[in-house]
Amino acid sequence: MTATTSPDTTTGTRRADRRPPALGGFSAAVLAIEIRRVLRNRRTLMFILVMPAVFFLLFGLPSRGDTLDNGLPVTGWIMISLAVYAAMVATTSAGAAVATERALGWSRQLRLTPLRPAAYVATKVATAMVLGLLGVLVEFGVGAASGVRLPVHVWLESGLTAWIGSLVFAAFGLFVGYLAPAENVMQFMGPALAILAMLGGLFVPLDLLPDVMRQIAKFTPVYGVGQLARAPLTGTGVDWAAVGNVAAWTAFFGLGAARLFRRDTTRV
Amino acid sequence: MTDTAPAVELAGLTKTYGPVTAVDGLSLRITAGEVVAFLGPNGAGKTTTVDMLLGLARPDAGTVRLFGGSPIDAVRHGRVAAVMQTGGLLKDLTVAETVRMTAHFYGHTRPVAEVLERAGIAEIADRPVGKCSGGQQQRLRFALALLPDPDLMVLDEPTTGMDVEGRRDFWQAIRADARSGRTVLFATHYLDEADAYADRIVLVRAGRVVADGTTAEIKNLAAGRVVRATLPGADQAALAALPGVRSVEVRGDAILVHSEDSDVVARHLLTRTDARDLEITSRNLEDAFLALTAA
Repeated sequence: MTATTSPDTTTGTRRADRRPPALGGFSAAVLAIEIRRVLRNRRTLMFILVMPAVFFLLFGLPSRGDTLDNGLPVTGWIMISLAVYAAMVATTSAGAAVATERALGWSRQLRLTPLRPAAYVATKVATAMVLGLLGVLVEFGVGAASGVRLPVHVWLESGLTAWIGSLVFAAFGLFVGYLAPAENVMQFMGPALAILAMLGGLFVPLDLLPDVMRQIAKFTPVYGVGQLARAPLTGTGVDWAAVGNVAAWTAFFGLGAARLFRRDTTRV
Repeated sequence: MTDTAPAVELAGLTKTYGPVTAVDGLSLRITAGEVVAFLGPNGAGKTTTVDMLLGLARPDAGTVRLFGGSPIDAVRHGRVAAVMQTGGLLKDLTVAETVRMTAHFYGHTRPVAEVLERAGIAEIADRPVGKCSGGQQQRLRFALALLPDPDLMVLDEPTTGMDVEGRRDFWQAIRADARSGRTVLFATHYLDEADAYADRIVLVRAGRVVADGTTAEIKNLAAGRVVRATLPGADQAALAALPGVRSVEVRGDAILVHSEDSDVVARHLLTRTDARDLEITSRNLEDAFLALTAA
């Protein structure tokens, strides 16, 4: 942001310049700084970009040559599942960054600026979605480089679904971020996400789980996104139970985060 | 909002936390351009008052007006900025990134390079915030507060936890920023800071204003001045009868007269007696502070 007029240093900033920021303070420039900030953090990069890729090499490649009932490769199934996992870890951690910023007192500092709380949250969600996209792209890149070959529409539809579906987890991250102001929130979120991913069928097919677990798993937040992201590959068509799962959890986390957010920004 | 409105107008401000009344009917009016120290011991209600003044806390009773408008309005238009005791910073951003990012939250700001320079942190612009000392972080907060070129700058115990050198550097930066017309309100429990940097001192205790005046007035208020002179065989009764005199002490040939009106004592000594080597000293601010804030 550059000065559009040159204020007189003796009398200070002119009256007309004292205007609130456009879009409540949301800007592409801040988004860029936020993204650079996340990418500079080796630990985060490890969790959202390196780990899912390594999982694919470890657990995906041994299934090379195996095919699904429709003749498409099992590695594709594993790659898409892990892309959902990468996106969910990326978006959850970006959303949960709110917890760290609240714990550090940065949110309080922000209240002394014209930045609107809604613009702050919008920046967090946008950052989450950029990182989620990056997670999907890296996973798909590793898959393609390792020899996964799928029809173009599967790459596109599964990739988009994995990415857009991760919006649920951006909301989940914000929800947790506003629930618990802790600097190290991702330390307990990491294992929690792994368990959710397991129940969501991202690491092993749910068919391999005991029946009771399988029934419970269908109501956990990762299940729906995983099913929908793999649908273009398996060709099972739209699974309305999965759509309902995604809709319900998005509503739950989204409304929950909004409610906690309002509580947080209400002046006491 | 008009420019003739006072910079700060607090009326009957009250805030309780459970059984504790932190601020108890506090009223204060600050005209544009004043540099005011908000002085009081820990727990006097300074931070709570500052929080309400900035719109970070809602008063239970009373009103806050900044330049005739609400605190939120003043924040939104960049008319008020603050350096808080506990305002957090993001450790993984550099100093310059923090300022650049914050600049985007305003409709208009001074150039980033300029505020870094004025806060005295231009040479550490590329250092991660997490690696900065407490004093450097505080100057970064000051740089952030300079961004909107505010009409009112609020500093809440800005040098708490700094070493002597850090405090000196910080106040140097504040002083260097002596833009004419900027109103400054700083809360502190350091007497020397209030004495050295404020035009006016507002003394608070238990959530109330207990004294309000220029530094000299505040010193005078509690302790008056001491007039010392060499006067062998002084008439103690005559001196004690002068208006404003509190006590007369004789130490050999010297006399020490404690008085609320040192001028009267001096005039009397120099015109009616043979007193010589006359000295007038203020009791220091610490005496005034202790006398006024003792429970």
